[in-house]
Amino acid sequence: MLALDTQKEIAQLLSRYPIKRNALLPILHVVQKGNEGYLTPELLEEVAGICEVSQTHVEGVISFYTMYKLEKPGKFHLQVCTCVPCCLVGGEELLEHVEQQLDTHAGHTADDGVFSVEEVECLGACSYAPAVIINEDYHEQMNPEKLDRLMDELRTQGQAHA
Amino acid sequence: MDAFPTEIVRFELDGKTIEALPGESILQAAQRTGSEIPHLCYKAGYRPDGNCRACVVEIDGERVLAPSCCRNPKEGMQVNSQSERALHSQKMVVELLLSDMPEQGKSPYTQRSELDIWAEKLGVVQPRFAGRQQPVQDISHPAISVQLDACIQCTRCVRACREVQVNDVIGYANRGDHSTIVFDLNDPLGVSTCVACGECVQACPTGALMPSDNVGLEVSDKTVASSCPYCGVGCLLTYDVKDNRILRVEGREGPANKSRLCVKGRYGFDYVHHPDRLTQPQIRCEGVPKTVELLNPSDFDKVFRPASWEEALEVAASGLKRIRDEQGPQALAGFGCAKGSNEEAYLLQKLVRTGFGNNNIDHCTRLCHASSVVALLEGIGSGAVSNPFTDVEDAEVIMVVGSNTPVNHPVAATFFKNAAQAGKDLILIDPRRIDLARYASYSLQFNPDTDVALFNALMHTIVEEGLCNEEYLAKYTEGFDALKENLKDYSPEGMAKVCGIPAETLREVARRYATAKSSIIFWGMGVSQHIHGTDNARCLIALALMTGQIGRPGTGLHPLRGQNNVQGASDMGLIPMVFPDYKPVGDPTAKHFFEKLWGTTLDPNPGLTVVEITEEIHKRNIKGLYIMGENPAMSDPNLNHTREALARLEHFVIQDIFPTETAGFADVILPTSAFPEKTGTFTNTNRQVQLGRQALEPPGDSRQDWWIIQEMAKRLGLSWNYRGVPDVFEEIRKATPSMAGITWDRLEQDHSVTYPCENEGDPGDPVIFTDGFPTPSGRGKFVPAKFSQAAELPNEEFPYVFITGRQLEHWHTGSMTRRAGVLDAIEPLPIVSVNPSDLGQLGVDAGTTLTVQSRRGKLTAFARGDHGVPEGNVYMSFAYNEAAANLITTDRLDPFGKIPEFKFCAVKLSAGGDPAPRLV
Ligand code: SF4
Ligand code: SF4
Ligand code: FES
Ligand code: FES
Repeated sequence: MLALDTQKEIAQLLSRYPIKRNALLPILHVVQKGNEGYLTPELLEEVAGICEVSQTHVEGVISFYTMYKLEKPGKFHLQVCTCVPCCLVGGEELLEHVEQQLDTHAGHTADDGVFSVEEVECLGACSYAPAVIINEDYHEQMNPEKLDRLMDELRTQGQAHA
Repeated sequence: MDAFPTEIVRFELDGKTIEALPGESILQAAQRTGSEIPHLCYKAGYRPDGNCRACVVEIDGERVLAPSCCRNPKEGMQVNSQSERALHSQKMVVELLLSDMPEQGKSPYTQRSELDIWAEKLGVVQPRFAGRQQPVQDISHPAISVQLDACIQCTRCVRACREVQVNDVIGYANRGDHSTIVFDLNDPLGVSTCVACGECVQACPTGALMPSDNVGLEVSDKTVASSCPYCGVGCLLTYDVKDNRILRVEGREGPANKSRLCVKGRYGFDYVHHPDRLTQPQIRCEGVPKTVELLNPSDFDKVFRPASWEEALEVAASGLKRIRDEQGPQALAGFGCAKGSNEEAYLLQKLVRTGFGNNNIDHCTRLCHASSVVALLEGIGSGAVSNPFTDVEDAEVIMVVGSNTPVNHPVAATFFKNAAQAGKDLILIDPRRIDLARYASYSLQFNPDTDVALFNALMHTIVEEGLCNEEYLAKYTEGFDALKENLKDYSPEGMAKVCGIPAETLREVARRYATAKSSIIFWGMGVSQHIHGTDNARCLIALALMTGQIGRPGTGLHPLRGQNNVQGASDMGLIPMVFPDYKPVGDPTAKHFFEKLWGTTLDPNPGLTVVEITEEIHKRNIKGLYIMGENPAMSDPNLNHTREALARLEHFVIQDIFPTETAGFADVILPTSAFPEKTGTFTNTNRQVQLGRQALEPPGDSRQDWWIIQEMAKRLGLSWNYRGVPDVFEEIRKATPSMAGITWDRLEQDHSVTYPCENEGDPGDPVIFTDGFPTPSGRGKFVPAKFSQAAELPNEEFPYVFITGRQLEHWHTGSMTRRAGVLDAIEPLPIVSVNPSDLGQLGVDAGTTLTVQSRRGKLTAFARGDHGVPEGNVYMSFAYNEAAANLITTDRLDPFGKIPEFKFCAVKLSAGGDPAPRLV
């Protein structure tokens, strides 16, 4: 069930879109935000009903855009680019390294809940490849060592906050 | 973008000049003129998607190769599909796709992989590229197995599911090289909302989607072009047969289905191979009493003994003869069946009329559209549809009343959905919210039983707001003043409370229907199965007449006919008051005509209808009954009473393929042939006469129905001598002028011919009433209807309304579909659908049992929560002998159509209970 606040926000959004299906993307964002940053099949079914689209349409949308999550993300969410320019200068190795360090796979959250990682397409930072985004911040010309240091810092931060 | 060409274009393909018809792509023009260009994502009849690029060609003067499937040629264009560059690219596509196949080789799932075919033709053998990791098989669905390791992402299945059948289950998820086919929210197919129409299986070029029984690699020894045995849509299909067994079924291009099928037509065929098939005549053992209890099939041998055909026919006929000669003809009756062919129906009514000597012959049309037919005959002089349902393409407004089309006429519903997607207004009028509602502009969930109030309110608006078609009224109708007078009392504002729909909505709908360029009305059993069913239908007819929405393409009246041959069985005179072609038995000219044709005298008095016959049996006035195919012990209302009657019969002969619930009451059972085991003509809801062709030999010593009826006729003293089905058809042409122009040869060639077709060579008229009506005055007659209520209203003791109907997977009494593996696996248990809030009040969890009781009977079934069922109502299909819905229903009849009120009676509900044991 959608939280009451979320329902209100949805109603507001819908009032601005004459055709319900056009509000699908913003509604998904609102629903995700209202549910600790991720979407569940039940929520998606509800959204499909609200926007009068099929479930499979919703699946096509949420799986196309990397911003929609089906798993509760970590406190720090890493987006590692493996598109061609990044790939040429070590993007794939970087991703592999992170996966090893966190003992998880791209698209998932590590067991401690601090980090989650995801493989993404071009982040628009090709001139400074390979690029990684952590939460909202860009980190450029990364390599495994730099990233390890960064993550160590963040982990301490994250645990301190926890 | 090229401008869309509107006329024939001449262009050069591989050095040869060819012509493209308006709208044709290069690929289509090439195919039509006998050239081959590789293609994978293109499928004839589907929107070209242009995603695979196997079809690329080189066009002179253009820098890049062009996909020929989605490129229209221009006058004088020079196209090369065989140039080195084009071929190189075509081969590369095939090689890349092949590298991703299991074992990088041929599809392990089907003999007919189009990828393999093109690889072979293009000489692509061992791909040079490494394959990727592949998904695992999904076998969660009883009908369809999914092996996406053979998927080439052509998206034909996506278009099949979303654009052709419009079920919206299959999607295309993720992106880049992670792209994949998904069902709903990436669910296993078996838990998705898939309705198993199998369009995707038929569309898939590589076997990534296949029938679940793993028959893809089996080679059939023959294919037979035939039609579907289930509903009135009349889909054409092809049987693939091996060793006298059906391997698989595919949709075939037909006027009513355009190669589409539904789950029943595609996966519901294996009932014919079920071990319960009767393979030898059976005679009731001496002294075994008849009781109201249903016979448990495991006790069958204790009640019946096998007999030779000679003995069985002798016993069957002599029993009937004795009753006829000792008690008079009126002590006999016959029930035919709308599942049989036109020829079988014709012979059976002739047997009763000339052999029994009365008109006591009826069939299941009495239980479905009898009221509609009465109203149509009275108002516009003909009981058949005015336009085919495919006319929705030409309609602006499509009104669907009391019909859950996606369940009962699934393929017709796909055309409705196509039309709605193309922007037409779909208006639903049904107490239940049905799946079509998602596509509808209006969905009027009105209070059950208030049909006349609602329709009169629509008509009131049309009159009041001056939206009648005055010209049409003056030219083609009569009796409008009386209708107008009657409508005065039915303002939308007054009726809003009665039918539960706001007045403004009623007005909007009325305006939309009346003012559209073309509006068509479809209706189903929700209209007809009431004691005011005839009045309901009269209103719909009046609605069309007053607005002139009839007689043109995209307009008209279409009562969706249920059974595959209910139209034909009625046309053939399997009705007590009319001879073939709806000629009243009391009409001296008609009587004279048939006396001459059949060489005998005929009874001028109309016979009795289904429920009346049961009543007369109960009163012991009718003592002998002959049934072909019907199953009244399940299909008739108030079953306890019906079964009591059946047990009272002195002599009861039944001809069927299974030991049905009714067969247990018989004295003689004659085993007959299933649909694919015989040839005959069947008339669908669109008035299309179509051929069902024999694909299999009947099992054991079962025989074809026409032969059995003829043998019975001979033993009742008639000198019949038909040599086969075509002989019977020849006689039908004489008896039915509207079919006189249809020859057997033409049917063999064209598979489907629309009647009226009075002279050989006539094309057949899909749209009728273009210039008046076949009534004595040539005008359509208005018959005013007053709002009246159901026979049995809910009260404190019986507070809920019980509505019966069907489910997608089960046909009628379930005798076929519950013996079809896939269909039974999808819906194995008796289900009663209830609004979740009612379930909550009753304290019943979905999936647990619920007991339903009326004044006549009681049953226990499994509760299913269904938001579409309005509060205070429960809905159930009548396919389950362990919880037979008709134990509950009332046998009160519509006074004109004599149809029982299957759609409304009062019940009480209680949590828990045990369903009776299932008997198939
Ligand atoms: S499953 Fe078949 S039809 Fe669907 S995309 Fe794959 S290959 Fe094409
Ligand atoms: S829609 Fe009717 S005729 Fe067509 S396949 Fe289904 S049951 Fe058969
Ligand atoms: S390719 Fe990585 S940022 Fe553009
Ligand atoms: S067939 Fe033309 S692109 Fe696939």
